[in-house]
Amino acid sequence: MKRRGTNLLEREGARSVLASVISIVIGMLVGSLLILAMGLFNSGLSLASAWDGIRLVFGGLFSTGRSASGTLTWGFNPTSIGNMLFRATPLIMTGLSVAVAFKTGLFNIGAPGQYLMGTAASLMIALGIPTETVPAGLVWLLAFLGGALAGALWGAIPGMLKAFLNINEVLACIMTNWIAANLVTWAFDGSQYRNLVENTKSAYIYKTSYNGVATSKLGLDLIFPNSQVNGGIIIAIVLAVLVYILMTKTTLGYELKACGSNRHAARYAGINDKRNIVLSMAIAGALSGIAASLYYLSGNTEFFWSTYQSLPATGFNGIPVALLAVNHPIGVIFTGCFMSMLDIVGLQLTNLTAYNEYITDVIISVIVYLSAFSLVIKMLLTKRSKRNRTAAGTTESAPEKAADAVHTEKGGESA
Amino acid sequence: MTFLIQQTLIYAIPLMIVALAGVYAERSGIINLALEGIMIFGAFVGVLFVNLTQQAGTFDAAKAAGDWVALQGFELLAMLAAAVMGAIFSLLLSFASVNLKADQTIGGTALNLMAPALVLFLIRIIANQNTLQMYSGDAASWFMIKKSLFGYGRNDEMGFLGSTFIDKVYLATYICILLFVILSIILYKTRFGLRLRSCGENPQAADSLGINVYKMRYIGTTISGALAGMGGFVYALTTANCASTGDVAGFGFLALAVMIFGNWKPLNIAGASLLFGLFKCIAAAYSSIDINGDGVFLLAEIGISPHFYRMLPYLITLIVLAFTSKKSRAPKAEGIPYDKGQR
Repeated sequence: MKRRGTNLLEREGARSVLASVISIVIGMLVGSLLILAMGLFNSGLSLASAWDGIRLVFGGLFSTGRSASGTLTWGFNPTSIGNMLFRATPLIMTGLSVAVAFKTGLFNIGAPGQYLMGTAASLMIALGIPTETVPAGLVWLLAFLGGALAGALWGAIPGMLKAFLNINEVLACIMTNWIAANLVTWAFDGSQYRNLVENTKSAYIYKTSYNGVATSKLGLDLIFPNSQVNGGIIIAIVLAVLVYILMTKTTLGYELKACGSNRHAARYAGINDKRNIVLSMAIAGALSGIAASLYYLSGNTEFFWSTYQSLPATGFNGIPVALLAVNHPIGVIFTGCFMSMLDIVGLQLTNLTAYNEYITDVIISVIVYLSAFSLVIKMLLTKRSKRNRTAAGTTESAPEKAADAVHTEKGGESA
Repeated sequence: MTFLIQQTLIYAIPLMIVALAGVYAERSGIINLALEGIMIFGAFVGVLFVNLTQQAGTFDAAKAAGDWVALQGFELLAMLAAAVMGAIFSLLLSFASVNLKADQTIGGTALNLMAPALVLFLIRIIANQNTLQMYSGDAASWFMIKKSLFGYGRNDEMGFLGSTFIDKVYLATYICILLFVILSIILYKTRFGLRLRSCGENPQAADSLGINVYKMRYIGTTISGALAGMGGFVYALTTANCASTGDVAGFGFLALAVMIFGNWKPLNIAGASLLFGLFKCIAAAYSSIDINGDGVFLLAEIGISPHFYRMLPYLITLIVLAFTSKKSRAPKAEGIPYDKGQR
């Protein structure tokens, strides 16, 4: 029985959303405080610039630049919103990747590596198959699938190490990340894919549009003119729904979650825990690989191939996206958009003020920090409301109590 | 050979001290995944300290007079500053994981995200670029110990030992070795060390004997933060010419791997970090390593891609972990928040 409490806070979903919103607000406040402190204590910055910075942190999406007199102007900015959707695409995918692994009790910090392998595979396919002989649409599809496959294989490695050799997946993921960064650099170093036409750009790969391969815009560019948005966001949303169906409505999803809740109990119940751990990491890897495919197949993005010293932030940012959404696939769509909005905010800050885009990374890290114990806080909330209820409702009939217990159990699992 | 040993030490020592930082945290029961972040933060604080002190001109006279003892003191002060701020930064982790019983992996990840973001944000505003360097001069001219300081001339020979361990070295390296030895003894041979370790193995039993588990975990993580912060600055000083870029190239994670490979035991960790230091050194300087001094750069002439050498430390880590993971024994209670009411 689904209990519809008159008090909104008694509902599990509402509590999750509330916890996330609180995290977001605190994160943004910390960012604002940092800006304020800089404005106060740095002689090169004025208090007015700090105020501009803080306003941009909260409303950067609706900024339209500065007027001739130098004050910030605000309004509906379709370009920013379109770009937000475009940047949200890979974040939603890496967020899904981390969320799926979390449901199986694994912390997929290997998303950056899987993302890089996906990048390499899709770029090589998209640029390597000549579109004179093969239709561009087919090349796009092959590149998309290739990216997913490469990510899946790369994700399966830490999965196998975890399942069969009991190596901590966090450590294995971190090592495979750096191995991927070196492998990808190695693969592109000296290859035919390097952009040698525009010689102002060193260490970049051709855009896929060089070979005539690009994601269809699906008319979205008409709604959001001058932005990079394309059909990728639709694909990401569809995939998020598919993941939701997979995790909640199928046997496989049930088995994955069972392994996450208690690996030993799952094995006792006849579930092949090793296979499920590998499978979960492979699915997570595929989602990260797709993130890269959707981003780089857009046709207007370039890949910096000499990447052996750095890992893509998109991969790491999948972690806050998933945490904020409490690992709910549909929630990931919204938190992904929120994270990319922070990206836009960072751009606006760099362009319009003396502050820079790293403030948004600070905000993200504060949010992750808070989400580390938001589960705990939520548990406390649950406990308290339960205690209140048992204290008030001793006259409640027994069957209702039993139903109640089932419900709270369910709530505990989804938390 | 001298070059190889010196370079290996330069990479091995930060690894060693940061791996010990990991040991202190995990022995007390807290997984410190934030080592990387704390290193980044410590490196930044140390470099900033050097930069600001130089700007204030405090040690200009000593530098001009060639008073190298004072300059070594300056280096130690910077290390201390990095250690103190590293410890303070790590309080964020201990607060979340001890008081709030939060997920330590996520908390550590948060710190790992926070450190580079915060550091880069500040560096960009302070220096208007993505790197914070020394205010004047370079690390070698200010802090490096050279044979000229001991009265040797440019062409004088110091012998193998002298030229390897006294010429062109940093005091920080030896301080770290000394600290490593002292702290290892404390962890294993003192009452405090035993109590700390008991909190990572069976906190309930420790509590029943009157040990304050929360306090012990705070102490363990704080020592861990101090060591990691210092290690971060030592890394920046010896390998990056005392510059902070919001990045330590995955050294904190490598230190975690060293710790696991070393089975949470100091002596094994020292050996493991030397091994990894060697691989790191090969990756960084394979083209100029002349093993037997005959003018043949063997590793460069084999013709293996430099990317392979760069990948090697991580690849070896994975392979080594694959072989040792069955035997490895982590502290039993690590990662589990201590709850007094739990049985």
